[in-house]
Amino acid sequence: MADVKSAETKAPAAPSAWGDDPFHKPQRRLTSGGLVALLVKVVLLAIIDALTIFAVWVLVAKGDWIAAIVLALVVIGVNFIYIRPGLLPGKYLTPGLAFLAVFQVFVIIYTGYIAFTNAGDQHNSTKEDAIAQIVRTSQERVPDSPEYTVEVYKQADQFGLLVAEPGGDTAFGTSDQALEEASSAPDGWEKLNLSQIVRFQDEILAINVPVSDDINDGTLRTSDGQKAYVYVSSLEYDESADTFTNTETGQVYADDGQGNFRAEDGTTLTPGWRVVVGWQNFAYAFTNEQIRDPLIRVTLWTFFFAAASTFVCFAMGLFLAIVLNHPTLRGKKIYRILVILPYAFPAYLTGLVWAGLFNQEFGFINQVLLGGAQIPWLAEPWLARGVVIFVNMWLGYAYMFLVCTGALQSLPDDIIEAAKVDGAGAWRIFRSVKLPLLFVAVAPLLIATFAYNFNNFGVIYMLTRGNPRFTDTTLDIGATDIMITMVYKVAFGGGGGRDLGLASALSILIFIIVTIVAVISFRQTKALEDLN
Amino acid sequence: MSDVIPRGSNVNAADSGLGLKGLEAVDRQDALPEEPRQNRQSFRRWFVDKGWRHVVAWVAILFALFPLAYILSVSFNPVGTLTGSNALFQRFDLRNYTNLFNNPDVPYGQWYINSLLIAIVTSVFTVLLCALGAYSFSRMRFRGRRFGLVTLLVLQMFPQLLAITAIFLLMIQITDVFPAIGLGTHAGLIMIYLGGALGVNTFLMYGFFNTIPTAIDEAAKIDGAGHARVFFTIMLPLVTPILAVIGLLTFIGIIGEFAIASVILTDPNQQTVAIGLFQLVSGFQSQNWGIFCAGAVLAALPVMVLFLFLQRYIAGGLVSGSVK
Repeated sequence: MADVKSAETKAPAAPSAWGDDPFHKPQRRLTSGGLVALLVKVVLLAIIDALTIFAVWVLVAKGDWIAAIVLALVVIGVNFIYIRPGLLPGKYLTPGLAFLAVFQVFVIIYTGYIAFTNAGDQHNSTKEDAIAQIVRTSQERVPDSPEYTVEVYKQADQFGLLVAEPGGDTAFGTSDQALEEASSAPDGWEKLNLSQIVRFQDEILAINVPVSDDINDGTLRTSDGQKAYVYVSSLEYDESADTFTNTETGQVYADDGQGNFRAEDGTTLTPGWRVVVGWQNFAYAFTNEQIRDPLIRVTLWTFFFAAASTFVCFAMGLFLAIVLNHPTLRGKKIYRILVILPYAFPAYLTGLVWAGLFNQEFGFINQVLLGGAQIPWLAEPWLARGVVIFVNMWLGYAYMFLVCTGALQSLPDDIIEAAKVDGAGAWRIFRSVKLPLLFVAVAPLLIATFAYNFNNFGVIYMLTRGNPRFTDTTLDIGATDIMITMVYKVAFGGGGGRDLGLASALSILIFIIVTIVAVISFRQTKALEDLN
Repeated sequence: MSDVIPRGSNVNAADSGLGLKGLEAVDRQDALPEEPRQNRQSFRRWFVDKGWRHVVAWVAILFALFPLAYILSVSFNPVGTLTGSNALFQRFDLRNYTNLFNNPDVPYGQWYINSLLIAIVTSVFTVLLCALGAYSFSRMRFRGRRFGLVTLLVLQMFPQLLAITAIFLLMIQITDVFPAIGLGTHAGLIMIYLGGALGVNTFLMYGFFNTIPTAIDEAAKIDGAGHARVFFTIMLPLVTPILAVIGLLTFIGIIGEFAIASVILTDPNQQTVAIGLFQLVSGFQSQNWGIFCAGAVLAALPVMVLFLFLQRYIAGGLVSGSVK
């Protein structure tokens, strides 16, 4: 924020006499550049358009009309911006804004949507996909299935089977394409030899060729790439009733409206599919005791961690800056470079290295510095929290040192002289003159640092992974987890499976907190006032 | 941009290595120009004025350098476990480094290439996209300009990391249509990073662009240069310093990015150094410690060299940003 301010004051904004047309045009031309520029433009647009046509075609083939239409409209807009004369700002801003729109703005909105769904390990796709997968995973080999001789074919990363049926006919099919009569594999498919069969073992085991278009007729599977047998699902899908029936037990599973096929006794089939579940994720976060209390502790710790990290970094940086800011101190230059080295060390390595140093049994700190002590630095909650802040200080004080050094040197001499004349001592000058002036200069950066530490994923995840774990919850949440590491672990951690819906809901909570902090800090610094 | 290193210090590199042993020498030399020689400054007086600063500085340097010295030591220690790594600089052996490149389970060379590739491509495009954006904000007046600037400022408060679940699901959907830019691909990851390219970088550049007198590009326009020509052949060369700084800051940032990369890149051969090294010591198993430290040294070296090389400019940027 502050960068803008200083830049603005340094150079007054460009004259506004340009009005709406920033570049006066001597004559009206299609492009303002030469032939080369025109050529580059046409070629780039042609490539984008060609790719778009392909993408739209694929999307339409998949039946995803909304995405196809949105994509087409956006690219038509892009063409319009670049072909039409004028609209210069658009020509310059579009490339950056395109990425920003998709991977920053859209994903934030999308996070809001996911927070209201049951997205997760067991609900990650559409209902059709879920049905197909349930059929596939519940398959068992038909006891008296005839033996089919097969050859495995491959095209790109797709696999297919050429099947010699017991009757003598041959047919070809893939996991997506049911068996069809054919004397040989289609063009472009390549037969696998024995060594390739060994190499692609896993893919071949996954081949699942439907015998006919009816999903309940079963599929062909092969375990060795030579013989295949018919497998049928023990669960039969009834399209008109939208239910699964277990052919052995007669149990009926119906759509429960929550993204699952559920039987009357409450058992569900996996996987389910993604549906909107309303406030369920938020309600879960605030009411389920497995998560409510840990979440409150994590939130408080996040604030404490961000504030404490910012404070210790600033205190240490300021102290060093004052110490080394002496007009005739020898070796000052080299001191300064050595002192900022931690800032240059990649942050993701810092956590890992310190984790080793603080290791309870073998770490350098316990073994060498403390002569074989067994202090559980990373296993005891409050010790671990202290270590986290300590390590973050190692990582962050250099930045504050640089900032404070710069700020100290730019303090006006006359004020300090005046204070001296008035008889103030060194400490009084520092406390009553230098520090307030310094605060004015670095306040925006302190707020930015707080915001950064609030989501400082790297140092926590690399150092402790959030451990030691809380004992009162089965979820993978620990004493040093901050909110962002908690989101990451809920969404992608091992343990209790992925719950993308809950993670998104937690993200939304962080968004709200960040927004509040941002609004307050903007008010405080009035950073926006300087934007013209 | 102001210089971090103050000009007042007329210290050359030769005498900067002074330890506590050399303090008295410093005392005498320093006293000469400063104080109009009263008596010989007593040690006590000197210590109160400056000596303690050297002590603090050396303590701080010890604190700053100790972990770095430690990993350097471990990386040369053939024992390679946490336990055996506590005696510093006792042995010198390159076994950890050779293991790093010969172990098929640890495709370090591949990780390194992946990291470099992703970081370089991302930085180049980031610089390009930001320069285009900053140029239009700095040199053109259009409706929505102020709104655009404010929006960028606000958006950068929300790190992409927060939307990681949405990014993941979006990438799954992209994989269905365009596997080449979907999950598990470097191209997909780079696109995600480019989503965060504008924002704070655009601001730094915007400020710098504003310091270039508009008379220069106006003159070019009067001479008949088109806007593309003005931008590429006149503007960009003038702002090279900020382009370099943004490019390198982006490079350093991407090299160290872990969370998003770990979600997008699943195949070990596609992963970056950050993910690879993390997995090497995840669970804090101590047996890979030597290899990890060797990997960390190699991963940190280019970044630190770049940083030290650039620190004046980076610090200058930070400082000019902090001081009105």
